[in-house]
Amino acid sequence: MEHIVIIGNGISGVTTARHIRKLSDHKITIISAETEHFFSRTALMYIYMGHMTYTHTKPYEDWFWKKNRIELKKAYVEHIDTDAKSLKFADGDTMTYDKLVVATGSKVNKFGWPGQDLKGVQGLYSKQDVDQLEADAPNNKVCKRAVIVGGGLIGIELAEMLNSRNIPVTFLVRESSFWNGVLAEGESEMLNRHIKNHHIDLRLSTNLKAIKADENGRVKSVIIEETGEELACDLVGLTAGVSPNIEMIKNTGIKTDKGVIVNKYLETNIKDVYALGDCAEQQDPAHNRPPIEAVWYTGRMMGEVLAQTLCGNKMAYNPGHWFNSAKFLDIEYQTYGWVFGKKRRPDYEQHFHWKHDDDTKCITIAYHKESRQFLGINTFGIRMKQVVFDQWLTEKQDVDHVVSHLKKANFDPEFYAHYEKDIQSAFEAVLQRV
Amino acid sequence: MNTPNPSMSLTKPEAFDLSTKQRIYVAMGMIGLIILALAAFNVTFPYRPLALTTALVLIALGAILFANDLYLGKMEGIKNDGVMFKSISSRGIWAWISGIAFTSFYILLYFRAEWLGLAKEGAENTGLVALFDPLSKLLNGNPASQWFVYGTLYTLAILVFGYKFLLKYRNNSYQRLRTFSVMFFQLSFAFLIPEFMSRLNSESFSLPYYDLKNIWPLNYYNFEQYRVDDFISAGNAGLALLIFGLLSIFVITPILTYKYGKRWYCSWVCGCGGLAETAGDSFRHLSDKRQFAWKIERWVVHSVVVFVTLMTTAVVYSYLGEDSSTYWLTKSTFLIGVGSLLTIVFALVMIFKREQLAKDAQYGAIGYFVIIMVLIGLHYFNGSDLFLFRAESLRQYYGFLIGAIFSGVIGTGFYPIFGNRVWCRFGCPMAAILGFQQRLFSKFRITTNGGQCISCGNCSTYCEMGIDVRAYAQKGENIVRSSCVGCGICAAVCPRGVLKLENDGLKGRINSNDILLGNDVNLMDLVNEK
Repeated sequence: MEHIVIIGNGISGVTTARHIRKLSDHKITIISAETEHFFSRTALMYIYMGHMTYTHTKPYEDWFWKKNRIELKKAYVEHIDTDAKSLKFADGDTMTYDKLVVATGSKVNKFGWPGQDLKGVQGLYSKQDVDQLEADAPNNKVCKRAVIVGGGLIGIELAEMLNSRNIPVTFLVRESSFWNGVLAEGESEMLNRHIKNHHIDLRLSTNLKAIKADENGRVKSVIIEETGEELACDLVGLTAGVSPNIEMIKNTGIKTDKGVIVNKYLETNIKDVYALGDCAEQQDPAHNRPPIEAVWYTGRMMGEVLAQTLCGNKMAYNPGHWFNSAKFLDIEYQTYGWVFGKKRRPDYEQHFHWKHDDDTKCITIAYHKESRQFLGINTFGIRMKQVVFDQWLTEKQDVDHVVSHLKKANFDPEFYAHYEKDIQSAFEAVLQRV
Repeated sequence: MNTPNPSMSLTKPEAFDLSTKQRIYVAMGMIGLIILALAAFNVTFPYRPLALTTALVLIALGAILFANDLYLGKMEGIKNDGVMFKSISSRGIWAWISGIAFTSFYILLYFRAEWLGLAKEGAENTGLVALFDPLSKLLNGNPASQWFVYGTLYTLAILVFGYKFLLKYRNNSYQRLRTFSVMFFQLSFAFLIPEFMSRLNSESFSLPYYDLKNIWPLNYYNFEQYRVDDFISAGNAGLALLIFGLLSIFVITPILTYKYGKRWYCSWVCGCGGLAETAGDSFRHLSDKRQFAWKIERWVVHSVVVFVTLMTTAVVYSYLGEDSSTYWLTKSTFLIGVGSLLTIVFALVMIFKREQLAKDAQYGAIGYFVIIMVLIGLHYFNGSDLFLFRAESLRQYYGFLIGAIFSGVIGTGFYPIFGNRVWCRFGCPMAAILGFQQRLFSKFRITTNGGQCISCGNCSTYCEMGIDVRAYAQKGENIVRSSCVGCGICAAVCPRGVLKLENDGLKGRINSNDILLGNDVNLMDLVNEK
């Protein structure tokens, strides 16, 4: 019986463990220093907002692990000896393994801002981060203003969280429009307005210069690069993305760059050591995907694949068509296939954009200028079906087919208003203009 | 258990505290309730219609203004901020206070109505019941009873909290329509129409007026002798109602449940469901999500079905005659009829749906066996006693244990502690029968959207029936559960657009995936083929 040790109890590590158990009788140990049990990281925001308790975020009840013979160890791995196949923990304890899975996830990016390690400056990634936020920003009397640095998915979540407790938020976004590195112009602009409608002080094209401390080493204010303005605040949220959490790996023989380097089988350069999820960096990533994918479902999919490999059915990580989703305050967002923002958009990619008058719903369909092949869709405020777009992408349908059959993809609740006709006539109007 | 942070202090985290305006509105509602309480303590108001109107208007206005202040200033969307911190919705001190208050009210209502001022035979009402006399006389021409008081307050609660719900979910057409529906059915079919109907009754003509949309077995007393006699003696109208009662359970509900799932009743029409969805909405997350609770649920709710079937059979049996020349339906014909009906249902399920039932088939067989044995027993002991219990005592036990204690005192009184659907989940025999059908013969299911689930758990948290929706969603598996009342809140609170309530074909309705869409196609095929 092999002993498979997994470092990290996030979605990647846990999925690997669950599927190994389905396929084999190997001894499985999951190690985490963060929490005793697996919880859904994506739900951390709801704990602070009071929608859920920590217990609600655990997808499996606590008896699940013992029943499935998955051993849990709460410890911090300090060193990996890949020759002796053993781990050394911060408390001095050791553990040997036959196969090792590195699933250590991400850490918050900090770009060397002066004052970035002060008290009251934090990211939003771990359970500890939420506990810290609860302590530093329980209400708008203790935290009179918060400044969020970095306009991405975590930044907008943190803004929503603080907003739920009526804490005034200033949101510093480097880009000229919210998340326009990824989103198309019309979408990004709609979100700018939506953010402001929630009374969030959105500052575009604005960078952080420094964070200033009071006499207790706690954040007192931030200085803005462009204007030199000093903004008094009690909390600074650093949400300029995440990067692989691999400090501990760096002084082992396991090859790293930005993340742990893996091939498509999720194998590292060392035999019997594998890596997956946020911390893994693909040597040559599949179709348009970035080498490091810090996304919930890719972690899960890598886990499903790796379990096959570990149980004797060697299999490559070969994800299907790209998809993702998020929620920006009250507006849900889904994407299927590729729709690029202005910066990364290839020449052949043409967009059709439709926006509803209420300014909370819009879609953008990307297609090939010449062949009219459908490339992808972004949808805001209208739910759509993954299975339908997945099929259309596989069939290489053209944009005209997609627009005329859009109703087939609708996934909104019953009795919701439909916008397909609106969208179709807008699309025809565009065609006539060309 | 998913225990929210139990804040036992009177103060909450300040961020989720009430504003001054909101305090004023709460106070308005409280004054309304205090007027009612004073009446209950026999304070006599000089002009009762005015006192009653003031009390009801204050309660309604307080709740409406509170809801306006809470939701209208915010953009449309999901409004669950602070639910786990607020004392009333997180089993804090206010939850216990209101739970105990509701429970006490139910105990008085069921067992000590005279303390509420209900008059003894012939005398005048006093206290709280008397306060409602003017309204009762206006509607049905007679003095109020404790049930009139209850019905009025119940309807008021569904209307004002329904209004609050409409504002809270004003972004969601499904939720809005569903709420209009329960408000309409409560106000008309459960409250006003029966009150008007009772005006038709006289010494010589007595048509059973009652919650018209209640169907046996929720309405467990529908086929008792006095009612059936009343039905028949009330001529065509009565006969129509009796036939409607029979058609409801044997024809109408199966058809509607087949087409739409049990939600057509449980979260669109039913009065118990109506109160749970409106006044109980703030407590939906308190339902127990543990697998253990699910096991208990299945045993308890199905035992209630067995109990109510036996009880009703025994009661009807007890008043039927033995001579087929006086009336065609005799004791033995009736027993054979019930036995045959159950056997047909049982046989059809076992032949066609055995695989879907899997392990549960054994339990179904046990339940069926018990019922048939009792029916045989009934025949041999000739009806007067049923294993030492008289049919009438059996009915009384049922009325006391299930009708009063379970559905009222625990089911509603303990909303703030156990959640808003305890009765519907653990006790309601109607929900169990519809649920059985929903699981096996219905087009209804909740579908999931490929691989988009992020396992956040909003769906499971806000499922009032304690279904672990996430467990299905994260596997891309349709949710086909007998207890699901189709309230649609899981789909509403999902931040990623993963869930959708749908009526569609039966093929592939119950699916099970280990690997989700978005993966390598080969892996999906490999793992999902079983």
